Amino acid sequence: MSASVLSWRGSRNRWLPEIIVAALLMVLPFGFDAAFTSVDLLSRILLWGLFGIGFDLLFGYSGLLSFGQAAFYGTGGFVTAYLLTSHILGNVWLAMLVGTVAATLFALFVGYLALRRVGLYFAMITLAFSQLAYFVENSPLANWTGGENGLPGVPYPVIHLGSLDFSFSSGWRTYELIAVTFFLGYVLARFIVRSPVGAVLVGIRQNPGRTAALGHSVPGYKLAVFVLAGAYAGLAGALLGIFQSYMPPDAFALDTSAQLVLQSVIGGAGTLLGPTFGAAVWLFLRAELQQIPGIGSLWMFILGAIFVVLVTLLRKGLYGSLVSLWRQRVATTPSRPRPHPRATGLHPAAAPPTPRSVGAAVPVALEARGVSKSYGGIRAVSQVSLAVPPGEIYAVIGPNGAGKSTFLRLLSGEEIPNMGHILLRGEDITGRGVTAVNQAGIAKSYQINQLFGDLTGRENLRIAALGRARGALRFDVFRAVDSIDAVEESIAALIDELGLAESADLPVATLPYGEKRRIELGMALATLPSVLLLDEPLAGLSPGERQEVIRLIRRLADGRTIVLVEHDMDAVFALAARIMVMHEGRPLAEGTPAEIRRNAEVRRAYLGSMTAHVDS
Amino acid sequence: MPSTATILSQAFSGFAFGSLLALMSSGLTIIFGTLGFINFAHGAMFMLGAYAAFVVLVQTHSFILALLAGASALLVVAVVLERGLLRFFYARPPEDQLLVTFGLSVMLIEGVRFFFGSDSQRVSPPAWGDGIVNFFGIFYYPLYRVEVIGIAAAFLLALYLLLYHTSLGLMVRAGIEDRLMVGLLGIDVHRMFLVVFAVGAMAAGIAGVIFAPLSAVIPDMGTPFLVQAFVVVVIGGLGSFGGAIVGGLVVGELLSLTTAFNPAYSQASIYAVMTLILVMRPRGLFGVAGRI
Repeated sequence: MSASVLSWRGSRNRWLPEIIVAALLMVLPFGFDAAFTSVDLLSRILLWGLFGIGFDLLFGYSGLLSFGQAAFYGTGGFVTAYLLTSHILGNVWLAMLVGTVAATLFALFVGYLALRRVGLYFAMITLAFSQLAYFVENSPLANWTGGENGLPGVPYPVIHLGSLDFSFSSGWRTYELIAVTFFLGYVLARFIVRSPVGAVLVGIRQNPGRTAALGHSVPGYKLAVFVLAGAYAGLAGALLGIFQSYMPPDAFALDTSAQLVLQSVIGGAGTLLGPTFGAAVWLFLRAELQQIPGIGSLWMFILGAIFVVLVTLLRKGLYGSLVSLWRQRVATTPSRPRPHPRATGLHPAAAPPTPRSVGAAVPVALEARGVSKSYGGIRAVSQVSLAVPPGEIYAVIGPNGAGKSTFLRLLSGEEIPNMGHILLRGEDITGRGVTAVNQAGIAKSYQINQLFGDLTGRENLRIAALGRARGALRFDVFRAVDSIDAVEESIAALIDELGLAESADLPVATLPYGEKRRIELGMALATLPSVLLLDEPLAGLSPGERQEVIRLIRRLADGRTIVLVEHDMDAVFALAARIMVMHEGRPLAEGTPAEIRRNAEVRRAYLGSMTAHVDS
Repeated sequence: MPSTATILSQAFSGFAFGSLLALMSSGLTIIFGTLGFINFAHGAMFMLGAYAAFVVLVQTHSFILALLAGASALLVVAVVLERGLLRFFYARPPEDQLLVTFGLSVMLIEGVRFFFGSDSQRVSPPAWGDGIVNFFGIFYYPLYRVEVIGIAAAFLLALYLLLYHTSLGLMVRAGIEDRLMVGLLGIDVHRMFLVVFAVGAMAAGIAGVIFAPLSAVIPDMGTPFLVQAFVVVVIGGLGSFGGAIVGGLVVGELLSLTTAFNPAYSQASIYAVMTLILVMRPRGLFGVAGRI
């Protein structure tokens, strides 16, 4: 799977893929020997391709492997075919629209239920629902759907232009109809993957937890892309009935969903055109292999073996590998300017990006009141309270297992406390969940980096910045992901601030640890938080890098409230205005660094082994 | 309203079918619990068991030999697949594991189709299963179906003893709770994966052997069984042995009893119940929070 669609831009190339696809669609019918290809084969490839574009948005981009797309393909097809063959509707276009809408609504229902679970459960549940649809079509609804016989006699559409009638009756006429629909579907999908929505979908595939923590409504986007894939499937199903003048019941069958998955992986998921390519390979090989005496009946076995080999060795698929080879060649041509000479560490002069709103002069920015969290019988956090005024750096320390990180997860909304309340500028935000809490202005930098590994640093920061800039859920699919000026300015400033100028356009998985750590911090900052939660920001850094990050944290506190969990006591005592010591889930002491140093109980319970360290 | 005799006889069929489904699903669930992936080839393995029964029963008429053949065939297939391919997938995303077992399933089904054709093969029940049982004069029932319940129960019991009364079983159950921890304790996780995959595959194969005399043996026969096993584990809770048994019986009875009333809704009913469970208890009846 390739995420490089995000990085492959530049206005020079914007419409190039669309132009190539349009040209191919026009030329292909003439370009091939009639013995090699046929209008029937080409039309079928495009039907599977249209079905596959929707599936690719769902699986290739968002990482949601559905084994039940046949449910929506069949629904779109049978609703359209039934409306037409029963003469309820005379207008073929209207019937196609109603069929597609029906498939979309069914996808909304299935998605709502199936998306409650992730991964394998999701795949099994979608499969089960498509089987449900298959059996319902086959028996209870047999009077309407023809049961095992399907619905013959689906009419073709006609366009009346004045006295001229264009009827899409057969052969090349039907090809034109399917090709135009395919092209429109492709153009729409291209808009989506290049838009902020596309960036969020890729974020969901790579790290759903972090995407949610950056203020994006992960359930909302997942449901949206599931419904959209259902709409593509429904439209492709509607066209299938018209194309064949017959709606077959096996549109609903498991084999249909399975063939879609097989074709998508053979062609390459995450490329939009991969499934079309895979369909061409599949349908062409099937036609050719069946001609060969002796092994003709093994055609499906051979395709299965090709599939297994591709999954094992070439996960990008055939088309996906071609595309990434081509992009590598483009990327290594010298015409591409390098952005900046190597920046040395953090840039001390740049001003930190300012939070969106510090709010009116409130006495307390972040407050926790008697917050508790238990897992089963274990109380991880018990009756912890704090009140941090705006602009203060507040540190939470304690031995391993004291509940510091859990407490931070409660503040960030990743976990819901069993008891107690969390207030942001006096407003109760308890139980709102991590996305809403981030939107309200609290961001967290993680102890273990939570990055989108395949994307560049700039793209990581952009996904972070888009949450606050666009809100939790927004379908701005017709604007390019990098077209929001405020976002681009703020990530450019962040890149400068964090000293990432040279590495910002490399995939973060290839960067050294120190740079990943800075991007991790930068992602939290990019959401323009008024309260910043830092979970061991210095973990794993070299002494030099530590000093730089300590200076950065001090600068960030200007106009921002910071809650810091850290094991580096020198850093904590140098940075924090106040410190809370946690021990076995409970607050042991709270005070200024000087008070904590003097506190005998703290020394006994926690600092015993570190006394010398703290006294120094 | 169907007669009492019909309902009773259908309930009995549901019990027989459900016990096979339970055996099949418990294989699926322990593979998932230990290796962390859904074996999409489980239905094909069930089908391989049925074909092993077909080959051996036609030659020897010995049901015991058929069971042995089904179990050993699946043992070989499982070891070859796990050592040859699947072990390279443990570090890959779950989607890849699902895709590769799905591809293997296609190859197994099509391979069998190549050798045996698409025609359905008939397997007759063993001689000791030939006959009809008279249940107090209320209804009559084929003897073999009664015996199926006993045979499936015996294998479920064996699986239970293996899981709950051996040190291997202790490791497997610990692995289901926390795979990482078991590895940290110095247990050879990969050897355990191989054993569990083989045991799970053999459970599917044995279910296939037992099922063969009850139905037409065709290359695609495992697919509906696989989907029903998915419904079973969604209802029962993925990774739960008890959930697989209860879920199997629930699905078997649902399929069978709805048939007594209206066959058209028989298949749809299990998905309706699955939907209900998903809404009310997303982790399934016996699913444990945090397990997956």
